[in-house]
Amino acid sequence: MNSHLSDTIEPTPSRLRRILDSDLFYAFQRSPVAVVSSLVATLLILSSIFAPLIAPTNPFDPSSLNLMNGFTEPMTPNAFTGEVFLLGTDDQGRDVFSTILYGMRISLFVGFSAVLFAVILGIFLGLIAGYFGGWIDSLIMRSADVQLTFPSILVAMLIFGIAKGITPVEHRDQMAIWVLILAIGLSDWVQFARVVRGATLVEKGKDYVSAARLIGRRPYAIMLRHILPNVLSPVLVIATISLALAIIAEATLSFLGVGAPATQPSLGTLIRVGQSFLFSGEWWILMFPACTLLALALSVNMLGDWLRDALNPRLK
Amino acid sequence: MLRFILKRISQSFLVLFITGIIAFSMFTFVGDPVDNMLGQERTMEDVERLRAQLGLDKPIPVQYIKFLGEAINGNFGVSYRQGRAVSEIIMERAPATLELAALSAVFAIILGIIFGVLTAIKRNGLLSNFIMTASLIGVSLPTFLIGILLIYLFSVELGWLPSFGRGEVVQLGWWSTGLMTESGLKALILPSITLGLYQMTLIMRLVRSEMLEVLRQDYVRFARARGLSERDINFRHALKNTMVPVVTVIGLQLGSIIAFAIITETVFQWPGLGLLFINAIQFVDIPVMAAYLMMISVMFVGINLLVDILYALIDPRLRVAAK
Amino acid sequence: MTDPILSIRNLTVEIPTRHGLFTPVRDVSYDIYPGEIRGVVGESGAGKSMTGNAVIGLLDDPARIASGEIWLKGRRIDHLSVQEQRAIRGREIGMIFQDPLTSLNPLFTIGEQLVETIQLHLNVSAKVAKERALALLDRVSIPDPKVRFDQYPHQFSGGMRQRVVIALALCSEPSVIIADEPTTALDVSIQAQVLDLIKELACETQVGVILVTHDMGVIADTTKKVTVMYNGQVVENGTTDQVLSAPRHDYTKSLILAVPRPQTKLRRFPQISYDSRETNFKIEDLARDWTKVEKSKSGKLLEVQGISKQFLEKSSLIPSWRKYFTAVNNVSLDINDGEVFGLVGESGSGKSTVARMIGTLLDVDSGRVLFDGDDVTSMASAELADYRRQIQMIFQDPFSSLNPRMKVESIVAEPLLHHKILPRDRVSVRVEELLDRVGLTRAAAAKYPHEFSGGQRQRISIARALATQPRFLICDEPTSALDVSIQAQILNILKDLQEHLGLTMLFISHDLPVVRQMCDRVGVMKQGQLVEVQGTETLFTNPQQDYTKKLLTLMPRLAQLSG
Repeated sequence: MNSHLSDTIEPTPSRLRRILDSDLFYAFQRSPVAVVSSLVATLLILSSIFAPLIAPTNPFDPSSLNLMNGFTEPMTPNAFTGEVFLLGTDDQGRDVFSTILYGMRISLFVGFSAVLFAVILGIFLGLIAGYFGGWIDSLIMRSADVQLTFPSILVAMLIFGIAKGITPVEHRDQMAIWVLILAIGLSDWVQFARVVRGATLVEKGKDYVSAARLIGRRPYAIMLRHILPNVLSPVLVIATISLALAIIAEATLSFLGVGAPATQPSLGTLIRVGQSFLFSGEWWILMFPACTLLALALSVNMLGDWLRDALNPRLK
Repeated sequence: MLRFILKRISQSFLVLFITGIIAFSMFTFVGDPVDNMLGQERTMEDVERLRAQLGLDKPIPVQYIKFLGEAINGNFGVSYRQGRAVSEIIMERAPATLELAALSAVFAIILGIIFGVLTAIKRNGLLSNFIMTASLIGVSLPTFLIGILLIYLFSVELGWLPSFGRGEVVQLGWWSTGLMTESGLKALILPSITLGLYQMTLIMRLVRSEMLEVLRQDYVRFARARGLSERDINFRHALKNTMVPVVTVIGLQLGSIIAFAIITETVFQWPGLGLLFINAIQFVDIPVMAAYLMMISVMFVGINLLVDILYALIDPRLRVAAK
Repeated sequence: MTDPILSIRNLTVEIPTRHGLFTPVRDVSYDIYPGEIRGVVGESGAGKSMTGNAVIGLLDDPARIASGEIWLKGRRIDHLSVQEQRAIRGREIGMIFQDPLTSLNPLFTIGEQLVETIQLHLNVSAKVAKERALALLDRVSIPDPKVRFDQYPHQFSGGMRQRVVIALALCSEPSVIIADEPTTALDVSIQAQVLDLIKELACETQVGVILVTHDMGVIADTTKKVTVMYNGQVVENGTTDQVLSAPRHDYTKSLILAVPRPQTKLRRFPQISYDSRETNFKIEDLARDWTKVEKSKSGKLLEVQGISKQFLEKSSLIPSWRKYFTAVNNVSLDINDGEVFGLVGESGSGKSTVARMIGTLLDVDSGRVLFDGDDVTSMASAELADYRRQIQMIFQDPFSSLNPRMKVESIVAEPLLHHKILPRDRVSVRVEELLDRVGLTRAAAAKYPHEFSGGQRQRISIARALATQPRFLICDEPTSALDVSIQAQILNILKDLQEHLGLTMLFISHDLPVVRQMCDRVGVMKQGQLVEVQGTETLFTNPQQDYTKKLLTLMPRLAQLSG
């Protein structure tokens, strides 16, 4: 079709126009899955960012708690104080709705940061491994292989365990979040490095890279300016799916007790706490955090899935 | 081919060596073993004596060699928490995990392959879409949540199945099995489903995407152009080409099942290696952590090696050299 | 005269897309007779392959037959059910694709794939099927069929694989075979063999062949009848002799005219004026702004002295176990000021490697390259800046030689900015000027490469190459990936550049007729070695080496072509 492009060319559209006109956006609009899941994900993310504004109480401020409020059912007035809570309260009298909002904050913060860390580390290592080859490539890929021998959840647990052993007891709770980010991020970089390395090898052989080398551009300029923009699209897909996995990984670690502490609980911690009350009838303490976790992971996963299919050039 | 195998074996040893270093570092640098082993009432002489006894006054590389030597013999010292020999504890708990893992693996692999092939062949059918949606939920549900929900439904509400423990076990030599008693079998059901569900979804999605990829290839087009039936194409050509990369991934999944057992065992209070490891982390019981690590790495490295060799055997491009 | 075995009548294929209904095939009609090879020729996008897909029932969703009829041996086949279509496929109509490597399942031996197909169409036992398979392998001239039977596709060379593919298509003795660009992916010498095989088989088995190709040479050598397609429609139909010597339609005329003639050297390549594809190449403006090209000190701008290059084929920790592949073996040549030096050879001969070594993209293992007396092979990166300003390269693949994520402006500006030739604010003006000179409007600067056609992209590459006003230009197969009509355009631009600006060029190609038209002297490469170097006319009329003679005989004769 392009062979009939005459040499008179129309004025260039703006950036926004390009995005709205693109095939990707077109596919997005037509896919109910994509639209719904991104709406849900956005809603959840926004509500966790604005948690302090939305939550009726701050559940982690001890002074605002009234133990008498404990174990209130959702939407029913408390027997002692008469207060009504949207999603009920837990054993300490904390409003479950608020704890979920704050918990989601932690979950999302850890999830995003961990993936960001993994992406940056992975892209960096993948680029230099692919571009320079030789011993750098071997070293990075061997490390990747060694690490890949173990499932990432185990690696994360191990790093957490070691870090816990190294930090003095007083600081353990504070450091937990950062250690968690480090642990999940370090367990995840390999897939990004591999994908970027593969894509770098492919792009490296293309003529536009030869042209840039012929001009005399330095390696770092070629990697950043030429290769990087062209290897990003598979990274985007993997990052989205990784985000869902990171959120679940964090929840799992927290549930097991090797993650976010009770003083800064994430959704996983809340579920752990709620587990013991499930079997004695106070189902809401566990169910609502669980549903939120599911909604979060599901919407991100759906988005990632859709993105992968939409960006796959072969499916067009 | 031979060169390939040799290369992989040497790589495996490298991995084991490195993991050994990590495990060893945990021992020496994290916490003080002597501190952990002696009680509050101790004198400086006690400390010195124990140090010398444990060989902690020797230079680090020597300690490492000693550590490796002990490890190979299966001696990992004594658990800080339980006061018993680590190797003894591990032997006791291993069968529980292995049985659970094996059952889950079978469940995950068989159903995963069946569903994967089904959804690849009938891409747009109603059943396919349903399975795909269910699989998305499966991948989004953390294992522990699945376990909790299953317990709630089948144990608490319906009361059909037990919510914790292995039930009655039968001792066969050093192995204890739950497969031979009714309560043992009942106890295995929920944990296996919990452990296997996530893996099954993964395998299913993998098989599906690989198969779809294969069905797009030129040689499938050419097979169609020669008049081969869809059944022949799907089950003779596409399936075989799909299985080759999938088999290797499934092999690796076996390793991850053992890791995820940690979660399942925690939820169901299953007395296996996973629960042991989690408790060890919480109590910073270094010998157990180190032992678990070494054992797992031997297992994983072994699985990886076997999988790579298997791949080289199946794919003729690796097996037979080009002209 | 017998009836045709296949008859396509007024076939139209449509594809519903996001932007509307797209009709890649419109009202196409032609017939195939037994034992006859009909060529279907046209440029990319003409709809020739799509027609073939429609005939065999392999149109990919959402493409569909909108109207028209397809008749096979007196029976209408375009409206059959899926099952009935499948029964015909392979049995009555066979098809072979372009790339033999991807056409065969890598996990099955070719014996297994043959037997499977034979047993599918003819109800015979495995033993009988194997005998037939061996007979087929023999008929397509595969040596040692018994041994080859149990081998895997990757153990065959490209040409042999294509023969296996042909054998597979013949398994059930079909009446028609559709060959979709069967030799495009093969080397020139192998091409001839495979085409001869097709001719033999057509004669022997009386199978009708539809030979889809974009190569006029193939048409002239192999086919008896030809159908010319353009933009989804048939523009001309007739016997090959008649169409080539006296074309009636304007498009056919210009298509034939644009094919470079091996016999004579013309001053310029005739361009297709069909569909007004003239471009405005402003060479005079360009020449006006061009700084005068200096003469080299010795008269020889480039001296290549004994360069060699090896690549690692098999790595190993033990040095003596490593295996190397010699890509370039002791090549020496000189290029004089203002000369166009051609380097020809088949794929794998090392010509591209030589070009890259000259451009310092690859290190030389031994030998030197002197540019105007300076040894560029021993210079460090920093010292090469000057050299890099004076040498530029145009690459073969217009789709991979421009960064898809960069705007055209940034692409062309890159050398200017890197060498700091102009201050920043003057760069965009210069870029627009350059784009204008090569016949693309100034508005092209703000667009991305994928918005342009192959020929337009090559012109952007040329604009980029001209930005630093180089003295030396390396052209690595600059038109091999382009349609023949665009080829003429680009080659004319290159010729103009060379004549008016006094550029020295190294022109690499496997296409001998093009080389004859473009170059002053020619070097022939074979498996890494420079076999012969001569002035162009001498080489073509009086070759010395046997290999050169062999290459020349493989050139399509195209004697009947008009003009």
